[in-house]
Amino acid sequence: MTEGHDGHLPGLPGDDSHNGSHDGHGELVPGPIADPGLPEHVWRPTDVDPKAEKRAERQIATLFGLSTVCVVLFVVSYIVFDVNGGGGGATVRTVGGLGASNVALGVTLAGALLFIGIGLIQWARKLMGDHEIVEMRHPARSSDEDREETLRVLALGADESGIARRPLVRNSLLGAVGVLIAPAVIMLKDLGPTNRDVTDSQPYIGAGLEHTVWEKGVRVVRDVVGTPIRTGDLEIGDLINAEPETIFEVDENGDPLLEGVPLQIAKSKAAVVVVRMDPDENNPAPGRENWAVDGILCYSKICTHVGCPISLYEKKTHHLLCPCHQSTFDLADAAKVVFGPAARPLPQLPLMVDADGYLVAQSDFKEPVGPSYWERDSQQSTSK
Amino acid sequence: MSIDTSKVASTNTTAATAKKPNPVGAAAEWADDRLGLATLAKKNLRKVFPDHWSFMLGEIALWSFVVLLLSGVFLTLWFTPSMGETTYQGSYAQLRGVGMSEAFASTLKLSFDVRGGLLMRQVHHWSAMLFVAAMMVHLLRVFFTGAHRKPRELNWVVGALLLLLGTLEGFTGYSLPDDLLSGTGIRAADGFVKSQPVIGTYMSFLLFGGEFPGDQIIPRLYIIHVLLIPGLLLALISAHMVLLVYHKHTQWPGPGRTEQNVVGFPMLPVYAAKAGGFFFCVFGVSALMGGLLSINPIWKYGPYDPSKVTAGSQPDWYMGWPDGALRIMPNIEGHFWHHTWSWNVFLPIIVLPMLLFTIVLVLPFIEAWITGDKRDHHLLQRPRNAPGRTATMVALMTLYAVFWIAGGNDIIAIRLHLSINQITYFNRAAVFVLPVVAYLITKRWCISLQRKDRDDLLHGYETGIIMRSPEGGYSERHLPLSTGRAFRLASRDRDPDVFGELPAGPDANGVEPPSGIGSRLAGVRHRLRKMMYADNIQPPTIDELEQGHHHAEHEHELQVPMEGHAADGHQFDGHHLVEGEKLRADD
Repeated sequence: MTEGHDGHLPGLPGDDSHNGSHDGHGELVPGPIADPGLPEHVWRPTDVDPKAEKRAERQIATLFGLSTVCVVLFVVSYIVFDVNGGGGGATVRTVGGLGASNVALGVTLAGALLFIGIGLIQWARKLMGDHEIVEMRHPARSSDEDREETLRVLALGADESGIARRPLVRNSLLGAVGVLIAPAVIMLKDLGPTNRDVTDSQPYIGAGLEHTVWEKGVRVVRDVVGTPIRTGDLEIGDLINAEPETIFEVDENGDPLLEGVPLQIAKSKAAVVVVRMDPDENNPAPGRENWAVDGILCYSKICTHVGCPISLYEKKTHHLLCPCHQSTFDLADAAKVVFGPAARPLPQLPLMVDADGYLVAQSDFKEPVGPSYWERDSQQSTSK
Repeated sequence: MSIDTSKVASTNTTAATAKKPNPVGAAAEWADDRLGLATLAKKNLRKVFPDHWSFMLGEIALWSFVVLLLSGVFLTLWFTPSMGETTYQGSYAQLRGVGMSEAFASTLKLSFDVRGGLLMRQVHHWSAMLFVAAMMVHLLRVFFTGAHRKPRELNWVVGALLLLLGTLEGFTGYSLPDDLLSGTGIRAADGFVKSQPVIGTYMSFLLFGGEFPGDQIIPRLYIIHVLLIPGLLLALISAHMVLLVYHKHTQWPGPGRTEQNVVGFPMLPVYAAKAGGFFFCVFGVSALMGGLLSINPIWKYGPYDPSKVTAGSQPDWYMGWPDGALRIMPNIEGHFWHHTWSWNVFLPIIVLPMLLFTIVLVLPFIEAWITGDKRDHHLLQRPRNAPGRTATMVALMTLYAVFWIAGGNDIIAIRLHLSINQITYFNRAAVFVLPVVAYLITKRWCISLQRKDRDDLLHGYETGIIMRSPEGGYSERHLPLSTGRAFRLASRDRDPDVFGELPAGPDANGVEPPSGIGSRLAGVRHRLRKMMYADNIQPPTIDELEQGHHHAEHEHELQVPMEGHAADGHQFDGHHLVEGEKLRADD
């Protein structure tokens, strides 16, 4: 039975000579049943039957051959199928709603790989020697002699360097290396300006967490087309996604006032929703009584939780729901949080009507929009 | 080595000889003269790997990482990691003329203008999901079978770090296309960063190169995704493999398999062929998924716009659980000295994941402290034979599952027509209650299974044959287990005795028991040990086994007279020829 197992007889039960103490662990009594030893090896049909062996050989070679067929089909698919309908916007060929090119390339590549994989495993299982062999383990730890020798050499090194005898040298070296962290950290400073930097220098309109591009007299415009809004455009129950007109403004040459990063930053803070409700249903916060125009209210669209734009409005209840983490705000009650993880109401933008009858802002938001941050002075919130 | 290969393949009988100079031999000699590889190779080429299906889970993770490297390199050839603005002019008609970032435009190009580009994108994304999933299941396998015990605790730590890095790699990766969904994810991440006390705002501004969104985040995530984290992953995977080879793989107990040996197939040729073949299989399955299953169709989401969002925004599955914690957290915010503490964000998304990760990282050390077991372990344990440990992991899994379900509360509410408020309130309670329930059920379940093993050992297995004695009593026929199976069931340690109080005086070696905080810790440890061991069923002793056998023999003697006398009518059981048989009642 054990012929060919490295000459090692399987261990007898209970001869486990573990190192280390047991600390009250169950004593290593011999197991109740003696180890019967490795079971006898059983020859496979492919080992004893030349026909079965030949058949397995043919099967495996067929699998490898099929892989090559798949590779040929892959190359053919690459040439035959357009991914883009020739680039002219023509209809792309599809299979079950998926692009034909993608499906053909994927399936043929999968075939090419899987046939090789299955063939290899089949080879290993059917034709390669299947004798289990035994290898002895060695403790992970080094031998005691090795440990002692290492300690001796370490001590020798320490001694020859004099690291213990010369604390001045040692400590000044440790200090010097430690201080090297400073350059590594300080060099990251220019990764970006700080909030204070941009707030003070105002490199673009509305820079800093406490500002947006809203200011007195800026028109409230529809977010995609940029058209201004009259009070009469909104029925009770309507909600419009809006932006400040600044975002769409162009200078005398026809170039946009805001583009690139400042535009994105402006959008990320200035996006608002405009809703109209029955003025009797609205319950404004103290000091905000004149922020609405004919029941038209304007709130920041940026969630006070982690900053997702809020989109789902339920007319009947005046509830606005954030699709990211389901914070729900009651727009008829100063956008108070009625459900979810957000902790603060949505900031409100004071509205008025300009000479042409369009909705404009009375001022910027009175508090920072978006998620909370450490320096945010919450006590100054105008919310209730 | 004297393996009987007489019947294997006829080509194996003649060993390769180096008598004739051949080019391969010459090249090998040239290399060995300089590198001395033969010394290393002779030890490792026939290294033994034990065989079990569950040892394949880590391999899936390893191979999907290789698939990620290959498909990822392909993607970098076209992807432009830039937030520079461009107007799309490619072949996807619906977005033509739309302003977007270079990153998004180049992802569209990969999807619609590069043949096989979409396939590689989808292969990359699917294998990323597979990578993280396989690591998690592998972690569970290791823990449930006790493979994390000495001497493998450090490899557990390496593995846990791999899981953390793999998750971060996934997040940085799916954020790169700069589409509306991933942009929303980065928007939320900015909120997470800002929630940190004192440093939050600075971190956010440094990360984004100024105010969110800026134009820095995509190129920065890109270099983290393609260089920094993959480099760390490669280094840690190498360490994981080196330790695996050094410790040698664990194995299941069984006939001939002991703590001192490892039994299995040699690396060359069987294991190499199987593992190599398995790589092709993992790659093939990823390709099949990439070809047939659509994933992350960014053209449907559109480019990122900070003022827009899609309903039902969901991160990739492995980011779901912290998102769930964020969703069910009560909305507590603190105000202090003109400063803001965002407990509602900081606790669930920064503190909780770090805490849970730390717990996972130190699990082997906590267990070793409780058990006080300092022995090396190379034989695996069946989960039932460590009920306390198994139940602990199931409790953690339950916690994870509740958070994960909470992360999909909007989808659940819509699909099942439930109230999102009620789902949230339920989950708030469930994170505390369900893990405890899961712990108790699992522990009892394990103990019942232990009892069954013990019964099988003592009384044999149930044959399903009911015997009736002449007196009319019924008994079931039990037959002894096969030696191999009996040995396998009995090969487990007896648990230490944990009953009784901690000894008060000095122990046998004259060491005084610890006082102060040490004594309190010892008390905690004693209670934990009780929790871990007290109710476990121990394997039978030799005496008990012998008694069991006597009992079985006795039973058998009693049953012998009934042998072959089936109850009337039972002779027509389909197992015997019934020609000429008739019911005794007919006589």
